[in-house]
Amino acid sequence: MKIGAPKEIFEGEARVAMTPDSAVQLQKLGHQCFIETGAGLAAGFSDAAYAKAGVTVLKTAAALTKEVDVLAKVRPPVEAEVKRLGKGQTLISFFYPAQNKELLEKAEKTGATVIAMDMVPRISRAQKMDALSSMANIAGYRAVIEAANNFGRFFTGQITAAGKVPPAKVLVVGAGVAGLAATGTAVSLGAIVHAFDVRPEVAEQIESMGANFVYLDFAEAQDGAATGGYAAPSSPEFREAQLAKFRELAPEMDIVITTALIPGRDAPKLWLADMVAAMKPGSVVIDLAAERGGNCDLTVADQKVVSDNGVTVVGYTDFPSRMAAQSSTLYATNIRHMMADLTPGKDGVIVQNMEDDVIRGATVAHDGAITFPPPPPKIAAIAAAKPKEKARELTVEEKRANEVALFKKQTTSQVTLLGVATLLLLVVGAFAPESFMSHLIVFALACFVGFQVIWNVSHSLHTPLMAVTNAISGIIILGALLQVGSGSWLVVLLAAISVLIASINIVGGFLVTRRMLAMFQKS
Amino acid sequence: MTIGIVAAAYIAAAVLFILSLGGLSGQESAKRAVWYGIVGMGLAVVATVFGPGIGNWFIILLMIAGGAVMGWYVASRVQMTEMPQLVAALHSFVGLAAVFIGYNADLELGRIIALREAATPEAADALNALAGFAAKLAHKTAVEISILKVEVFLGVFIGAVTFTGSVVAFGKLAGKVDGKAKKLPGGHLLNAAAAIVSVILLVMFVQGAGLWTLVLMTLLAFFIGYHLIMGIGGADMPVVVSMLNSYSGWAAAAIGFTLGNDLLIVTGALVGSSGAILSYIMCKAMNRSFVSVILGGFGNTAGPAMAIEGEQIAIDAEGVAAALNDADSVIIIPGYGMAVAQAQQSVSELTRKLRAKGKNVRFAIHPVAGRLPGHMNVLLAEAKVPYDIVMEMDEINEDFPSTDVTIVIGSNDIVNPAAQEDPGSPIAGMPVLECWKAKQVFVSKRGQGTGYSGIENPLFYKENTRMFYGDAKKSLDALLPMID
Repeated sequence: MKIGAPKEIFEGEARVAMTPDSAVQLQKLGHQCFIETGAGLAAGFSDAAYAKAGVTVLKTAAALTKEVDVLAKVRPPVEAEVKRLGKGQTLISFFYPAQNKELLEKAEKTGATVIAMDMVPRISRAQKMDALSSMANIAGYRAVIEAANNFGRFFTGQITAAGKVPPAKVLVVGAGVAGLAATGTAVSLGAIVHAFDVRPEVAEQIESMGANFVYLDFAEAQDGAATGGYAAPSSPEFREAQLAKFRELAPEMDIVITTALIPGRDAPKLWLADMVAAMKPGSVVIDLAAERGGNCDLTVADQKVVSDNGVTVVGYTDFPSRMAAQSSTLYATNIRHMMADLTPGKDGVIVQNMEDDVIRGATVAHDGAITFPPPPPKIAAIAAAKPKEKARELTVEEKRANEVALFKKQTTSQVTLLGVATLLLLVVGAFAPESFMSHLIVFALACFVGFQVIWNVSHSLHTPLMAVTNAISGIIILGALLQVGSGSWLVVLLAAISVLIASINIVGGFLVTRRMLAMFQKS
Repeated sequence: MTIGIVAAAYIAAAVLFILSLGGLSGQESAKRAVWYGIVGMGLAVVATVFGPGIGNWFIILLMIAGGAVMGWYVASRVQMTEMPQLVAALHSFVGLAAVFIGYNADLELGRIIALREAATPEAADALNALAGFAAKLAHKTAVEISILKVEVFLGVFIGAVTFTGSVVAFGKLAGKVDGKAKKLPGGHLLNAAAAIVSVILLVMFVQGAGLWTLVLMTLLAFFIGYHLIMGIGGADMPVVVSMLNSYSGWAAAAIGFTLGNDLLIVTGALVGSSGAILSYIMCKAMNRSFVSVILGGFGNTAGPAMAIEGEQIAIDAEGVAAALNDADSVIIIPGYGMAVAQAQQSVSELTRKLRAKGKNVRFAIHPVAGRLPGHMNVLLAEAKVPYDIVMEMDEINEDFPSTDVTIVIGSNDIVNPAAQEDPGSPIAGMPVLECWKAKQVFVSKRGQGTGYSGIENPLFYKENTRMFYGDAKKSLDALLPMID
């Protein structure tokens, strides 16, 4: 099959859906690669580089569309691009079918197959083609860089000869892929980072990035597993509690990065005008949700605005495009993985397997029919979280009562045990001769000593312990030694064999223990 | 040597044995502790040999020398991975010796009773001429002889069970007998029946039914030992070995009662309680009761196992190497698979390389990893892994969430999240190493099969788990050159 990537028409879009590297990989799958002249220029890939990778460079997008079977793009196609498609052709790009109904209908009429990269289901197997995540990762990183650019101070705290610099405080709202990427970047720059999310299960992920999870004490917690790992709208009460928390944090924060998005809806307003007003002059708000209306009241899409009190609010919507070389590489790799799944035979033949969860989920139009929305995938993305039983904090009195009860129980059981044992011993003592009782005393004491001593043996020395106890259980040789002087030949024979095997036991046991212990070394 | 000196030597030996066991609380003091044990044993043997009433010195010398040479040979040739079977084999010797000594005691008793009943002057002379153990026997009263008979009977019984049990355990651990739990039809009823018959035989024996009761009981005890251990499989082997260790101690103690020898009693009790505690610790580590281990099998399943969703994703050496090169903290979880593949040297080399790069590498050891208590520690020590980076489960379990890479080498049940997540799992409630909380988990495993216990492991299907298929040693050797 022939795969081609046109130049992105959208103004300011620097990304490209195919890189020389990905083209080489695609050719290994048995495909031929084409590219429109200048398509990779903005991302730093020259036509010559493509040609060197075995890609045919074509003059116009129209010629390219005519030539290829699969058209790989970044941005959703515009009408003109859709019209050029024909039956049997496949378009792979971001498509947002839920928001672009009309465009989808037009694409359907052409009979082309449309694979929307934004519809790849969130299951483990499909991670390699999850373009939303790879773009979000870049957006998160770039958001911090953008913030640093607009923030007039260090991120990291320093004490220098020229004075003390406090560390920047960063709040990341929404700990999705972008939020976590931003958290990690900000932490590595040395800032003190707080992160918030409505899904309590991400607290662990946030903390693993070295940030503090902003804990909201609210009974209603979301289970992200039900929505494929995305956040869902929250109740008005929850929202109020959340906003109150943000209001509390606003005066302290130097940088706020909002990434809160709910699939298929406008971005929730989380950073209100009064919070911006409460921030210090020179602070920065980066709104990664600007394309969908923004999380911040003041956000203007694609623009940087400065509030009355000197807070910069950045509403750029093209963060990935601002790092075109990186984002093109990742996106092209996502596309390449998608192609690898579409050509299972690695023979350049595309198999549109609608039984496959990933392909079915991403395909929004096929064979002149709209196949959106897809049925739910067969495999749940994330195992459903079990309701955690939180151990109730015990009050001091309860703890005390428990301790007393435990102590009483222990005392009772010990006293009972001692009582029974004493009684038994008394019974034995009443019948047994004195010589036996003296041995019994020795035996009982030795058992006690054994119990006390062995508890202290460290775990790692259990094998040597077994070897040592094994060796000293060879003490049974004494019994044999005492008998070997007997007058009966049978007794002598049995005793002699016993001496022999007990000696093997003793010598073998001790030597092997010494060998083992000699190996234990400190670093 | 007089009896007094012998008794003094025995006291010294008993104290040395206790110090020897106590010294095992730390790696450094353990090296001294072995010497205490050796000296104690030497004292005890020398005092006994040169004590009153010992004859046939030539035989003694020959046998001790022969045994020492054989013991030395075995101990210096054994591979550290073969430790479990060696320990089991040595236990069987103690069991067998206990059986022989018990028989001897009964034979001597028979001789003395015959002499007494003869009541002729020659017999009286012979009685007076008796030395050592026999002389002691000759002065016993009727009650004491009854007690002696019970002691003999018990000593032989425990010894016989230990003997066949250890032989079977040796066979299983050495791979000569199939490791799976096996029972004859009738199961534990057979054991119970054999035990009851043994009790009846005990009563008959004490009442003077003769040697045949002892012989029959020995055969029954042989059967119990064999059948009991055959019925316990795979992952329970550490418990079996420490249990047999305990039995061998009790056998020695019982023989000590028979012979009226306090040192035997003390040492036997020490060994017996040590084995019992070890068994208890092992059982606790698996969250199982001792009885359920002895009765064999993995208990009854509480409900259907939770269905596992997802797939096992394989990874090659390059992928693992890349992740390791990026990681700051690494935890390695070795299991029986590492011992089987003899991969400990490769693991050690990997550790050395990673540590040379300044990474924090540690080992997490589950209490029941391997086939012997502390098995993994010994293997790692053999490969010169420093013991201060080898951690116990409780020490390291909290650190997994902050760990970049966890490598699981040939362990399965001890890292099975089903123990915590699935109440229906046969191992539900067993404490496990929570390796899945690390950012990435690599599982080195030969194939997709389930582990020794046959339980499906959801860890292999987790999103952050990658399967590194292949023989552990070969996989690691392929990995080593890529770590730079």
